[in-house]
Amino acid sequence: MIGQINVQLVVRLSILALVLVLVQLMFFAQVPVFGAIADLSPLVVMAVGLLCGPVTGAAMGFAIGLIVDTALLQTMGLTSLVLIAVGYLAGRYREVRDPQNPLAPIALGAGAAAISTIGYGLGQFLLGFNHPLSWLLVKQTLATIILDALLAVPVTALVRRWLTPVLPEDPRRRRRRAYTTGGLSPLHKA
Amino acid sequence: MHDRKVVRRRRAVLGLLVACALILLTAYFGEGAGGGLHSIQRGALAVFSPIESVASDAVKPFRDLFGWFGDTFHAKGENKKLKKENAQLRSQVAALSGDLRTSKQLDKIAGLDGNANLGSMGPVDARVILASPTLWYSTVNINRGTGDGVHVDDPVINGDGLIGIVTKTVSDGAQVLLLTDPESGVSARMADTGIPGFVTTGSPGNPNDLLMTRIPRGVRPPKVGEMVVTAGTTLPAFPSQYPPRIPIGVVTKVDPDELDASQQVHIRPYANMHNLDVVQVLTKPSTRSTGPAA
Repeated sequence: MIGQINVQLVVRLSILALVLVLVQLMFFAQVPVFGAIADLSPLVVMAVGLLCGPVTGAAMGFAIGLIVDTALLQTMGLTSLVLIAVGYLAGRYREVRDPQNPLAPIALGAGAAAISTIGYGLGQFLLGFNHPLSWLLVKQTLATIILDALLAVPVTALVRRWLTPVLPEDPRRRRRRAYTTGGLSPLHKA
Repeated sequence: MHDRKVVRRRRAVLGLLVACALILLTAYFGEGAGGGLHSIQRGALAVFSPIESVASDAVKPFRDLFGWFGDTFHAKGENKKLKKENAQLRSQVAALSGDLRTSKQLDKIAGLDGNANLGSMGPVDARVILASPTLWYSTVNINRGTGDGVHVDDPVINGDGLIGIVTKTVSDGAQVLLLTDPESGVSARMADTGIPGFVTTGSPGNPNDLLMTRIPRGVRPPKVGEMVVTAGTTLPAFPSQYPPRIPIGVVTKVDPDELDASQQVHIRPYANMHNLDVVQVLTKPSTRSTGPAA
């Protein structure tokens, strides 16, 4: 929520970010599944955006990106930039579509992974990566997107379970297309 | 009105976050290795490295379990490939064994004396505690640093062969740039023929495809199955920070057109870069670069 800081939510998001980075870098990054490496960072950021909205999602993306880049001694800011987009877009989806659609986590997981991997690649090329794009890299990118799409359901469920007690509004009670900015609600006509 | 206010604030926060990320990116990219952001990263590595080491030990059984499942899936396909490779190696061993009996020089080339050489290079055992999840970076963090005698540019090996080189260090940890990273490069030679070259990544994101480039024209073309080892030479054309005769990989593809046009062949590293656990850092720089000029 903008303007008000939910301290409990911030604490839970901080714990979530730290646990995610530790589990991602020490476990999932070292366990290839069918040649692909699952990247949970965009999935968690997507889930936070879906549950908490675009601002919290974008902020979470920035924070997780910063921690990942710091931990891995990578170019700081690039992962943050990509994950900001993931968190913000997932939050916007929550506002304009039905977040309770059972297929939403899968589609959003695939989208988040696609934005993350492709965005990261574009960033690398813009920063001077001067090697040709190989077919195998494309295949691995696709494999990562598919793997992340499959993992999106349990990841979203876990994040929901962790954050629901401190969320100001239970997303399960949200109406379909509840949020509009153009004054189209019938209540405005009354 | 309220909605517009919310939208404005939302866009302002988004803009602020994007601006922060871009400022970080620009500053990091522009500064040198001794800059403020790099120092922050090294400080974070120094602080969290012991924690990461303990946590990595804690999750190791689960990693091993998942690794076992993965290995089982791949075992069937690997079996056929390994049988073929085994047959090739057996024929190579048979061909070499006659020469080995008569030549002490070939003994060294074959690496029979290699362990003693590596033992004099101050090997320090280390564990991989973090690995990058992206396809674009090929780095791992290890749990040994300057406190254990590890320095920047120290070569890193494991039981299979060469892994990479240390690029950043703190007291309790270090970052290792793997051979599969686009920034990595090793002067190398064919173990049998001594043909020199330079090993670099072939396909970013593919840990099983390296290139041996700068192969001189006019020499006998390398053959599939030939072993590639570090050259350890100090020739300006093939500079190396690696000791000689460390196995790197095996030639997997020789395309005559590619060899003619680009002077390169494809090799597969012996070490599995996606499944690194225990590695060894060679910390004695005085014994590096002493290999034969191939």
